[in-house]
Amino acid sequence: MRKMTKALLGATTALTLSAGVSQAAELTLCWAAWDPANALVELSKDFTAQSGTDMKFEFVPWPNFADRILNELNAGGKLCDLLIGDSQWLGGSAENGYYVKLNDFFDKEGIKMSDFAQAAVNAYSTWPKGTPNYWALPAMGDANAWFYRKDWFAKPEIQAEFKAATGRDLAPPTTWPELLETAKFFNGKDIDGKKVYGAAIFTERASEGITMGATQALYANGFKYEMTPGKYDMEGAVNSADAVKGLEEYKELYKCCTPPGYTDAYMGETLDAFKSGQAAMAMNWFAFFPGLVKDENVGGDKIGFFNNPKGTTNASTLGGQGISVVANTDNMDGALAYIKWFAQPDVQKKWWSLGGYAVHNAVLNDPSFKDSQPFAADFLVAMNQVQDFWQEPSYAILLQATQKRLHDYVVADQGTAKEALDGLVKDWTEVFEDDGKL
Amino acid sequence: MTDTNTTVLDKAADKAVRATPVPLVYRVRGLSDRSIAWVFILPTIVLLLAINIFPLIWAVYLSFTNFRANRPNAEIEGVGLSNYQRVLNDPDIWQAMQTTAHFVFWTILLQMLIGFALAYLIDRKFRGHAFWTTVILIPMMLSPAVVGNFWRFLYQPQIGLFNYVYSFFTGVEPSSFEMLGSVTLSPWAIIIVDTWMWTPYVMLICLAGLRSIPDYIYEAAEVDRASAWRQFWSITVPMALPFIMLAVLFRAIENFKMFDMVVLLTGGGPGSTTEVASITLKREAFESWRTGRASAFAIILFVAVFGLANIYVKALNRVKQR
Repeated sequence: MRKMTKALLGATTALTLSAGVSQAAELTLCWAAWDPANALVELSKDFTAQSGTDMKFEFVPWPNFADRILNELNAGGKLCDLLIGDSQWLGGSAENGYYVKLNDFFDKEGIKMSDFAQAAVNAYSTWPKGTPNYWALPAMGDANAWFYRKDWFAKPEIQAEFKAATGRDLAPPTTWPELLETAKFFNGKDIDGKKVYGAAIFTERASEGITMGATQALYANGFKYEMTPGKYDMEGAVNSADAVKGLEEYKELYKCCTPPGYTDAYMGETLDAFKSGQAAMAMNWFAFFPGLVKDENVGGDKIGFFNNPKGTTNASTLGGQGISVVANTDNMDGALAYIKWFAQPDVQKKWWSLGGYAVHNAVLNDPSFKDSQPFAADFLVAMNQVQDFWQEPSYAILLQATQKRLHDYVVADQGTAKEALDGLVKDWTEVFEDDGKL
Repeated sequence: MTDTNTTVLDKAADKAVRATPVPLVYRVRGLSDRSIAWVFILPTIVLLLAINIFPLIWAVYLSFTNFRANRPNAEIEGVGLSNYQRVLNDPDIWQAMQTTAHFVFWTILLQMLIGFALAYLIDRKFRGHAFWTTVILIPMMLSPAVVGNFWRFLYQPQIGLFNYVYSFFTGVEPSSFEMLGSVTLSPWAIIIVDTWMWTPYVMLICLAGLRSIPDYIYEAAEVDRASAWRQFWSITVPMALPFIMLAVLFRAIENFKMFDMVVLLTGGGPGSTTEVASITLKREAFESWRTGRASAFAIILFVAVFGLANIYVKALNRVKQR
């Protein structure tokens, strides 16, 4: 009996140890569940082939992504070895010690941040923003942009009608007034026997949707977070006359020209509106554009792309993320090895070819890049004019306040644009006072 | 006969004691009835303390601090009553409380009226009443997640059945109004769904009340030539009142903390139109991560519900004693 017990114990120990060994050769990468994540799964097969490390993935739908992953980090969980987290999380994750600082590792392995697009490095890797303190490797460049029904825009009868109505040729809008005019023109029109609407835009309340949408209009109209960068002096910047005008334009676009029922719409809903042939134009992240081009019903020759129209300036809302090593990982060497592998120019090129948005200069500066996809040239332009939301450790509170103020004004018709932005200054001031920054 | 049985039992007990390992026998023999009772209930008490009382005390402690769950390395400082002051002076929180009160009042009113009417009808015992009782109960058997999602589709202005049915009867264009996207309609959209789902529950409680009224009281009223109307107001309503009040208490507590249905239908929007207190609390605690302030808000809500429920239960007892 004792022998049998010893044998069983031995077998159990051996199994446990072997499980431990296999765990060490395994990495879990956490990200949002969307098209580029599938491309990353495909890309990572090369890493597994080269290193023998099995890759596991934890992809969380966007509306729950921040909740799920930030809870995991706050709880000191060990779910993720690598995390492709939102740019706004950098401040908190760096200050709370959730991410590993990568400067020494980059120096040791010869990974240069100058090999990546400067705007992407600032947005996805650095905290404090713009300083040479790196907490992530730029992984996925992204910005908010627009797409439209090229086939509808090309119809001679629609072109003639548009010319008669507006006095100009029908083309993708280059300014916000043109965007509004074009959206109003298409709204309610009967095309191919179906009533269509002007534009599908972000209005989602719960996570970040309406902020990411409305800032397109705000940034383009000269909205700034501070009068003096780093001073948190928001009065006159956040609620400037230009910013008020931008917010009014966004509300006008929402009121005049979005499909019925789009009061809580984000990425999925705007894609649905476009793919179902309801919307002449729509906004969304570049990340979805490869999928749209391939769409059987609205892709190919039927779709065109354009960058965020100009207001008083050219600007686009930043999306995208960097890849970080989670400080709590049990497989630090494996996680760093993945970063080293991912930073290689060849891997970055393959990343782009699979549908990921590489921001490595070897990819962006390639002469063939602009023609590699119908939206590639726009992507280059967008990445040079991106603006990001606060990346402060208190970004979540700042974001919630913004979501409320913007949704109250744009969707729920409460107050004026000036009151909404004044309220935002008040909310944000309170947050920075609590943080001891004001 | 009894003596023989006792002897047999005693022998069996002795045998069991002899078969039990000696230390255990000593231990069990050494315990009084009261101690054994404590041994049995202790695990439950420990569990209750661990998962109910300790978190409550901890939340009270956190409500006096600046703690934020997303800043584990930051120093926790006492802030006195500041969190309570800020919660009570926050217009957004008062707005959420008003929204909650509006939701609780109308759902309870509608559910009581319809639920009691249905119970009154079902109590008539017409042909097939058992079948219809089951049919009426179906909504409350569904998961709130299922109910929320399919009503979201029903309310969809372009393809939703609700808009088409309304359009059929009124001639209004179906896509011309949005139940979930309109500031004026969205609170009512949630009230309709909650009423649809939980009226059967109220009906069941009211039915129990109606069935508890003895027939002889009605027979005596008949002898006294009391009209049906008089019987209803003088017998049915007063005697079913404790049950109705109980239903009000259950639904009020449940709807005061309503979260899932509102999140699924509107997410608190448009704007903050349907943001009930529980959603505000969740946002404060798990999106803004102001744990101290969220704890203060939770304690205020707890005290409010606990106080109101106590007052209500006292009133209920008074009604029962009449």
